[in-house]
Amino acid sequence: MNISIQHGRLIDPANGIDTHADLHIAEGVVAGIGEPPQGFEADSHINAEGLVVCPGLVDLRARLREPGGESRATIASETAAAAAAGITTLVCPPDPSQPIDTPALVDLIRHRAKQSGHCRVLPLGALTLGLAGQQLAEMATLRQAGCIGVSNGLQAVESTAVMRRAMEYAASQGLTVFLHAEDPWLAAGGCAHEGAVSVRLGLTGIPEAAETIAVARELQLIEQTGVRAHFHHLSSARAVRMIARAQYDGLPVSADVAAHQLYLTDMDIGYFDTLCHVRPPLRTQRDRDGLRAGLKAGGISAICSDHQPLGADAKLAPFPASEPGISALETLLPLTLRLAEEGLLSLSEAIARITQRPAEILGLLEDGQGGRLGVGDRADVCVFDPEPYQELRAEDLVSAGHNTPFLGWEFKGRVNCTLMAGELTYHSCD
Amino acid sequence: MRQRSLQHDSEGRLRHLLTIEGLKRQQIVDILDTAESFISVADQRVRKVPLLRGKTVVNLFFEASTRTLTTFELAAKRLSADVLKININTSATVKGESLLDMLHNLEAMQCDMFVVRHADSGAAHLIAQHVAPHVSVINAGDGSHAHPTQALLDMFTIRLRKGEFAPLTVAIVGDIKHSRVARSQIHALTTLGVSELRVVAPKTLIPAAVESLGVHVTHDLDEGLRDADVVIMLRLQKERMQGAMLPSEAEYFATYGLTEERLARAKPDAIVMHPGPINRGVEIASSVADGPQSVILQQVSNGIAVRMAVMSMTLGRAPTEAEGA
Repeated sequence: MNISIQHGRLIDPANGIDTHADLHIAEGVVAGIGEPPQGFEADSHINAEGLVVCPGLVDLRARLREPGGESRATIASETAAAAAAGITTLVCPPDPSQPIDTPALVDLIRHRAKQSGHCRVLPLGALTLGLAGQQLAEMATLRQAGCIGVSNGLQAVESTAVMRRAMEYAASQGLTVFLHAEDPWLAAGGCAHEGAVSVRLGLTGIPEAAETIAVARELQLIEQTGVRAHFHHLSSARAVRMIARAQYDGLPVSADVAAHQLYLTDMDIGYFDTLCHVRPPLRTQRDRDGLRAGLKAGGISAICSDHQPLGADAKLAPFPASEPGISALETLLPLTLRLAEEGLLSLSEAIARITQRPAEILGLLEDGQGGRLGVGDRADVCVFDPEPYQELRAEDLVSAGHNTPFLGWEFKGRVNCTLMAGELTYHSCD
Repeated sequence: MRQRSLQHDSEGRLRHLLTIEGLKRQQIVDILDTAESFISVADQRVRKVPLLRGKTVVNLFFEASTRTLTTFELAAKRLSADVLKININTSATVKGESLLDMLHNLEAMQCDMFVVRHADSGAAHLIAQHVAPHVSVINAGDGSHAHPTQALLDMFTIRLRKGEFAPLTVAIVGDIKHSRVARSQIHALTTLGVSELRVVAPKTLIPAAVESLGVHVTHDLDEGLRDADVVIMLRLQKERMQGAMLPSEAEYFATYGLTEERLARAKPDAIVMHPGPINRGVEIASSVADGPQSVILQQVSNGIAVRMAVMSMTLGRAPTEAEGA
């Protein structure tokens, strides 16, 4: 099937392209830009006049709940939400109900994703067996089965010795380790940033040091083991500076930030708004500014959704007993575009943070397997409308989780259509 | 911010009492004045006033309590309300959904007020967000967040003994970190405008950023007590030793326990308060707890009048002077 996306503004940050040009797709890859290549006949046309055409979004962290949490969300429901959000590749971390520590689990996730056909799902394999932090997972086997990297999810690897060996082993297999930096003892029982808001509300705090101590330990081990590592969803300004310093020293580390951390602070908890209960917690305005500064400077190269769909009952509890998480796939693009609108990043640079940069971290970019729209590259495309504001309403969300504190916010960036390897995975009704 | 006005109705009157934070000074004074009108009720041995006749008050206690539960029950009965007590075993996990299910069931039985105690901060707010429009919620203690009626009865006791708040220096001593009482007292005392408010404890029992609530922090009891008019001692839970918050009860008493000798640093007419139950020989010496400066038992009896005031005001039936006298 040959497709031409016509009259759009093509923004492809990896190739330094921001111009009005048609995009021609054949056999699932980009066949030409501007004039159609010789002999190209489009079977269908997409009119992208007034719209932006960019690489399909790459989300470095999204929980899908399946298998094990199907009552809340399924791979089918969440990948459909991803497609509606312009996402063509997403990374799914392990968690205790889906530890992704056997090839069978990897197969199951990939199979379900393929079956639903909305979005490419790249699982992260377990770093330790059952995420228990004691025995190494079969990392080489997991990679063979299709894992893009390894991670212990939100579970801490308490033993520094085990973490060291896990990193050494991952490094030997050429695997990137994806890290959630949180000291389990300092964070124990906590549900909000330790500071003015937690003291006012009587909530057990998670101090900034819970993140910085874990970052410090992992950085030492990264240096020692030489493993390539990526820090997921940073929350504190100090951790951003530590990672920037490590990058300056030449360590092979990268980092991302969850989009909501760039807008919300612990003040947004107000009087116990459980929709703002997330992990890592929302911290202070100073931290939010530090995360934004780190993003601008490049120490934080990517923005992820940190999607966590939850049923309504999960948030209908007293704050400490409510479950953390935001249903975030469908606000990834709008929140990122808002950074451009606010002048923090150029539009092209903002788009790079959810396309080119995450694809680079996953090693997809150099092979033309995502995050880029050069001739011959995989045709993962997002077409969105950069202009009219639209209110985010619960009834418009495709995700099974409606747990977002952004309902009622006005956003630009409604997705018009999404293509994965040249196949239409989403098209808005009008 | 829609949630900010949760405890007020559209006319700015108190609909629920969830926290002292956000109450205006005059509102606190009104509650204390109303409570004062009920004190004479007790003196004249008129046990009951008919203010809440026909109303049903449910004491919903998810956490053990004797004193608070009893005084709420007495207060409701003296207002002629029907009182229902529901004790829920806290060890059985009460998830949000079933908690709200239970509320809706009780509402269907035409209950008018829930007095709620729960181990999680924010529980009373959650309930207040989901009750029917005619129902009022009183927070009888939620996690480490708030215990507003306790703070109000403490303010009532202070006013009775000291008159004005403006010239007072107040020291709160003990486990500030885990204390909902301390948080509510701090909001009440800063709103009423005391001259100086100190909190005294080792760093392990002082929450981060507590200064943002408008208090001075000291780790030295003698310094904290110096020339104080009011000394509020907090209960020390035994669990604090296990959590590596403190080495031992003995060391705590030696460093932060209130003895007659330590109390001599405060003003000669200083009063000593404690929300109870007291750990004698841990945070306070018996000689002080039972001594002439102690107002601990008065706090308890004032608790009934203050809770009567809050209940009658939130159910929209503030008594006239004639009714109160």
